[in-house]
Amino acid sequence: MTADNKPSGSRRDFLKTAAATAGLAAAGTFVPARFAIGQQAKVKVGLMLPYTGTFAQLGDAITNAFKLYVAEKGGKLGGRELEYYVVDDESNPAKATDNVNRLITRDKVDVVVGTVHSGVLLGMVKVARETGALLICPNAGADEATGPLCAPNIFRTSFTNWQPAHPMGKVFYEKGYKTAVTITWKYAAGEQMVNSFKEGYTKLGGKILKELYLPFPQVEFQALLTEIASLKPDCVFSFFAGGGAVKFVKDYAAAGLKDKIPLGGPGFLTDGTLEAQGAAAQGLLTTLHYGDGIETEINKRFQFNYAKTYRSRPDVYAVQGYDAAQLLALGLEAVKGDIGARKNVIKAMEGAKIVSPRGTWTMSKAHNPIQDIYLRRVEGVENKVIGVAWKALADPARGCKMT
Amino acid sequence: MDLNIFLIQFLNGIQYGLLLFLVASGLTLIFGIMGIINLAHGSFYMVGAYLAFAFTRATGNLGLAILLGLAAAVVLGLVLERALIRVLYQRDHLYQVLLTYGLILVFEELRSVLFGNDVHGVPIPQWLSYSIPLTDTLSYPVYRVAISGVCVALVAGMYYLINRTRLGMMIRAGASNREMVQSLGINIKLIYTAVFALGVALAAFAGMIAAPIASVFPGMGNQILIISFVVVVIGGIGSITGTLLSALLIGLADTFGQVLLPELAGMTVYLVMALMLLWRPQGMFRKSA
Repeated sequence: MTADNKPSGSRRDFLKTAAATAGLAAAGTFVPARFAIGQQAKVKVGLMLPYTGTFAQLGDAITNAFKLYVAEKGGKLGGRELEYYVVDDESNPAKATDNVNRLITRDKVDVVVGTVHSGVLLGMVKVARETGALLICPNAGADEATGPLCAPNIFRTSFTNWQPAHPMGKVFYEKGYKTAVTITWKYAAGEQMVNSFKEGYTKLGGKILKELYLPFPQVEFQALLTEIASLKPDCVFSFFAGGGAVKFVKDYAAAGLKDKIPLGGPGFLTDGTLEAQGAAAQGLLTTLHYGDGIETEINKRFQFNYAKTYRSRPDVYAVQGYDAAQLLALGLEAVKGDIGARKNVIKAMEGAKIVSPRGTWTMSKAHNPIQDIYLRRVEGVENKVIGVAWKALADPARGCKMT
Repeated sequence: MDLNIFLIQFLNGIQYGLLLFLVASGLTLIFGIMGIINLAHGSFYMVGAYLAFAFTRATGNLGLAILLGLAAAVVLGLVLERALIRVLYQRDHLYQVLLTYGLILVFEELRSVLFGNDVHGVPIPQWLSYSIPLTDTLSYPVYRVAISGVCVALVAGMYYLINRTRLGMMIRAGASNREMVQSLGINIKLIYTAVFALGVALAAFAGMIAAPIASVFPGMGNQILIISFVVVVIGGIGSITGTLLSALLIGLADTFGQVLLPELAGMTVYLVMALMLLWRPQGMFRKSA
């Protein structure tokens, strides 16, 4: 074994030991008298994420990174072990209310972590507002959750749909592109991202020629690509993710549009999909709150540990899952694990300053990250960060009464 | 929309429709002839796509991968029919729905275990991997044209098989009167097995040739399943001609719906279905099965 490999060996041993002793340790830890009874039980964490369907890999990444952070902390947050209750939400909004009720009412979880699909999140937000259950959203960007539907018990560690889409308008306009066509799936996330782009782009003087929509999660793009070719805009703004993103980027290139009409959008277009997109994605510009080549200590450690544990590269979804665990840890540490002391848990989470692999971010009054949005360019299988498109961008949180 | 663009969109619609036909034809055969509601048909499409992915990665040749994949799909169809589907011929449709829905879950889980939940791409063969410039901004991928050609050839082949061969005659006879065919000394069980294997192979083949342009991802089968049922219902259950026309109709409706009525894009296909059902509840070509 070379010197380079040494730290990896010891880290693995550390994780192993941590996992192995986690169960034994409970009896031996120092327990403040006041919480003596509460400390015996584990904190019940409900994971409501997609584990099947188009967004399955996103759900896995979030879950993996969440557990990675907990493992790094020795299997405990705020001195208490966690117990997971897992529900596959199938990215199906129709089942959202039932699924989240199952976690809150039947399993009586202390905190719900979820989800990826915006429509499902809105169903969860509704229940969280009714029951007061603590909710941490590690991905879905529905503006409403930290906008008109914001609540003290609802937090987000990812983004609003408005956030990563907004800077793209500035990026495109500054490149001299005066007209744009937008294309996305016709569902909440897609429409909000398009509106956010439109807002930033038209304010500067850009013109939207046409907004194209596709039913979610359909992936037959040929008709709309033909339409784009006939409209001849200066640039195309698009939001797709997962399997849809792979196919769109490949079809866009195959239709001969890639070299003639620049394509860009929020980074989901090229995140976790580059291996499948191959040459079709090279050179694409996207904006997002994470990317490759962020040379911070925490990011390097995070990438190293994640790759070591799960044998794959962590992506933005993993970072958001990691930060969801960080945020929960912050809340639990403030009350020494007594999650029943809700006011103090929430207070600690509101004041959060998270040192994240993406860069340090703070919690806005509406409970959404205030964070840097990077400009990234696809190089090989990496979304290389080539600059900051917008420093410390906060969502406008329109309609939120807490701001 | 000028004439050029209109023609290209028309081509898009036909091309999409032909691919839909390939999947839906297997569904309509199995339903029309064997009376089996096969919810797992979308899974066979997915199986095909993943077989193409796996075999292409192993052999580096899509053509070879498709041949191997077809063989595997036929075997899969034979085994499934013998082991599971055969039990259901005399049963109610509800049992068939339950079993084939169960198969969806099994295939999704197998897919997850074997291939994980990542999105994969299948490279287009080098000699088909270019585009024909159509206008100054738009090119048309040759591979899409090639797919359409293959689909047309298959349509012709199936038409010939069903209407002009002895096997086709037995299949048609078996569809309209199972007992009579049996009493004439024809092994109807064997025919059913063959039809089921053919249906599976058609769906898997569609998945295989679509894999390079559709990419390979979890849940891809369920997307195609719903639209295939729409096609089958409009076309008239069991009718190959009806399925072809209805697939083309849906392809065109979807294509032009997206461009002309972007606000209703998700609905156009279902609007067409609703109108067709009002006009001909039995489907376009129910009788000619």
